[in-house]
Amino acid sequence: MIKRIFILLALLGLVLMFLPFLKDFDFHEELSDLSSQYVEGSIKDLNTQNVVTSVIVTYRGLDTLGEVTVLFLATAGVGFLLRKKKASLKPRRSSELLQTASQFLFVLIILTGIYIFTHGHLTPGGGFQGGVLITTAFLLLILADVNLKFNHSILHFVESFSGAFYVMIGLFGLLLIGMNSFLDPAILPLGKFGNLLSAGAIPIIYSLVGLKVGSELTTILDKMGGE
Amino acid sequence: MIFSLILGFLLLIIGLYGMLTQKNLIKIVIGFSIVDTGTHIIIVSIGYLRGRTAPILDGAVDLANATKQVVDPIPSALVLTAIVIGLAVTALMLSFVIKLYQKNKSLSIDDYQELKW
Repeated sequence: MIKRIFILLALLGLVLMFLPFLKDFDFHEELSDLSSQYVEGSIKDLNTQNVVTSVIVTYRGLDTLGEVTVLFLATAGVGFLLRKKKASLKPRRSSELLQTASQFLFVLIILTGIYIFTHGHLTPGGGFQGGVLITTAFLLLILADVNLKFNHSILHFVESFSGAFYVMIGLFGLLLIGMNSFLDPAILPLGKFGNLLSAGAIPIIYSLVGLKVGSELTTILDKMGGE
Repeated sequence: MIFSLILGFLLLIIGLYGMLTQKNLIKIVIGFSIVDTGTHIIIVSIGYLRGRTAPILDGAVDLANATKQVVDPIPSALVLTAIVIGLAVTALMLSFVIKLYQKNKSLSIDDYQELKW
C-alpha cells in the first residue's frame, strides 16, 4: 500500500514538472534558423525532395551511422542471449491459406520494401521503413513455418557488406571532396531535382541502410522465432 | 497541436505507471513501449506549425517559398530514427525476459531478488 502511494507521488511530481512546459508552450509560427537552412540546403545543395531524408542522411549523417551501430549492438545482444541451438519444435501446422499466401505475398512485400528505400529521397519513406517492411516479409515466412532455417552466411554477408560500404562512401567524401565532408553525397552527380537518379549518393546510402536494417531485424526474428 | 502534446504526456505517465506497478516482466516491457510512443508523439508535435504541409518538396510546395510552407523536418528525422532504435531495444529486453524465464521459470518481478536492497 505504502509503495503504491510512493509511486503515485512520484508520478504526481512528474506531472508537476511537465505542467509549466505545457502551460507556457507556444507553437512557433516560423521555422527556426537551422531548420530553414536545412530546407533551403535541401533544394540548393542536395537536390533532395524529402527534407527529412537530407537531414538524416547528410546533415546528421554521422548520427545515423551511430544509430545503425546501436541497432547492430542490439542485434548482437539478442544473438548473444538467444544463441542456444533452438530445439526443433513440433508446432501445429499452419493453415494452407497462410502457407500459400505467404509465398505469394513474400515477393510483393520485398519489392515494396525495395521501392520504399530506393525512393527515400523523393517520397515519404527511406531505409529504416523499407528495412522494417522487408523484415515483415520474413516474419510472414516464419509464421507459415516456425522451423524455417535462414541461410545465415547470406544474412551476415548482406549486413556486414552494407555496413562497410556505408562507411566507405563516407570516406570517399573525405577522399574526393576534402576535409569536413565525411558522408557528403556530392561525390556523385546531383542530377535533376525530383528524379530517381538524383541527390548524389543519398539513394545509395539509404539503400544500404535499408539492407542493413532489414538483415539485422531478420536476424532478431530468426533468433526469437524458435523461443 | 496542443492536444497531441497532452496525449503524448498522458501516454508517458500511463506507461511509467504501468512500469512501476506491474509485476509481470512482459507487462513492464509493454509499459516501456508506451513511454517510447509517448515521447515520439511529444517530439513530433513540438515540430508542428499551423497550416503547413509535410517537409517533402513535391508539387504541393512552391520551391521558391518552401521555408514558409513546410513543418519542421528535424523532429520528424529524430523520431524516425528513435522508432527503429525503440524496436531493437524492445527486442533486446524481450530476449532478456526469455532468458530469465528459462532460468527461473517465473515472469514475476518479485521472484528476482538479486538487486533488491
